[in-house]
Amino acid sequence: MGEWFYLEHEMLPALLRGLWVSLGLIAPAAAAGLVLGIGVASARVYGARPLRSLASIYTVLFRGVPLVVQLFIWYFGLPHVGVYLSPYIASVVAFSLCSAAYHSEYIRGALLSIKRGQMQAALALGFTRFQGIRSIILPQALRRALPGCGNEIIYLIKYSSLAYMVTCIELTGEAKILASHSFKYTEVFLVVGVLYLAMVSIAGRVLGAVEARLSLPGFERHRL
Amino acid sequence: MTAAVPILRAEGISKNYGSKAILKEVSLALDRGEVKVLIGPSGAGKSTLLQCLNLLVMPDAGRIWLEGREVDRSRRKGLYGYRRQVGMIFQDFNLFDHLNALENVRIALVRVKKMDRDAARERAMNELAKVGLQDHADKYPAQLSGGQKQRVSIARALAMDPKIMLLDEPTSALDPELIGEVMIVIRDLVQAGMTMIMATHQIGFAATLADEMIFMEDGAVIEAGPPAKLMTAAECERTRAFCSKIGELYGESA
Ligand SMILES: Nc1ncnc2c1ncn2[C@@H]1O[C@H](COP(=O)(O)OP(=O)(O)OP(=O)(O)O)[C@@H](O)[C@H]1O
Ligand SMILES: [Mg+2]
Repeated sequence: MGEWFYLEHEMLPALLRGLWVSLGLIAPAAAAGLVLGIGVASARVYGARPLRSLASIYTVLFRGVPLVVQLFIWYFGLPHVGVYLSPYIASVVAFSLCSAAYHSEYIRGALLSIKRGQMQAALALGFTRFQGIRSIILPQALRRALPGCGNEIIYLIKYSSLAYMVTCIELTGEAKILASHSFKYTEVFLVVGVLYLAMVSIAGRVLGAVEARLSLPGFERHRL
Repeated sequence: MTAAVPILRAEGISKNYGSKAILKEVSLALDRGEVKVLIGPSGAGKSTLLQCLNLLVMPDAGRIWLEGREVDRSRRKGLYGYRRQVGMIFQDFNLFDHLNALENVRIALVRVKKMDRDAARERAMNELAKVGLQDHADKYPAQLSGGQKQRVSIARALAMDPKIMLLDEPTSALDPELIGEVMIVIRDLVQAGMTMIMATHQIGFAATLADEMIFMEDGAVIEAGPPAKLMTAAECERTRAFCSKIGELYGESA
């Protein structure tokens, strides 16, 4: 079997299939992780005491336990209590929850950096606390948290490769199978590396564009 | 409702931080169109009193009536509704940093008063015009001078049609050359009949506006009366000492 034939008819189709699965893991996990992270961070900063403790415990747990272990719990552990998740769903759930814990740290820091007067002014105008958080505090905090959250999404792209551990065959999983059949480890994983690099670069570009789009006078990032 | 009912009445407002009594049973009442000025040394409790009157800080004791109706602060609806009717101006402006001048004025109209966007925009533009900032509507707080920021914050409060305004040292954070433009806006407000309580160290300026001056120290009202009396013939020695010192400090005739 010639090199080119192998590349065109076996490696590329398999890797592209894997790439699609990877993107299918990353996109929902990034979105859900960010939304959940905003909720957790808001609860930690503005929640009533029980909610605040709950949110802190969440962060400690999901940042503290290795992601592989979390994946195993969702996929292999839950059936013991009668809940069966597909490999794909188990992976998306694990990635979202873990990602949310990291997002919440960046966002919490940003929430704390917003001056007290902003909320006071909102309350003085008759805003409820919830309205104040939503329309005054979060739009500012998220602008400040964006670089950190972007970083977390970049990480997510890379740790999405753990999904193959619970038999969700994404890019890395396809590559493993290909390589173990053909013994072309170097070639296969070189291409895989390039594909991850491409995903990360594109994500970086997109995040940069979002940052520029949301930039406002007083919220620019100065490069000194 | 008779004319005799004060717009705002507060009785026995007390506030402690830890074991320290910051406000000791302060009471006051304002009739429609009345202007009262709070003076007193730093740490006297002026800011705390104003924030308690707006229930931004919850007093430990005391009752508040707005137009004769007691504010029920245990109910959220009552609390938010009350704050909406009481305008507040802060020393350091507290403009919403992510919104331009127009949006700063507009947002509460949309979110709190539930006005539709276009009507809110028009109203916000009118309020900005009243403080002379119609040409700066699309500037962000970071692009405005201190005086302009404070004028936007006044426009923002006025757009809510408050029944009374609380001003906490509205000119203290400003460079001397910017104080005048804010004073003019406040003077116009008084002439338009706004009821207000203002804490300030500019007692010369305050005296020209105030119906009554209230001297506070250590969380209590020491003396209150017409400005002329307080500044020249105060009954209390401490009031006299404070007025003459602050007169020198700010180069105003006391
Ligand atoms: N959140 C707080 N926690 C503890 N103490 C506070 C708090 N806020 C104010 N204080 C204290 O309450 C006292 C009164 O403060 P306040 O700001 O009301 O004084 P003020 O008359 O407005 O003074 P200034 O002229 O400096 O603005 C001060 O001793 C201050 O240290
Ligand atoms: Mg003060």
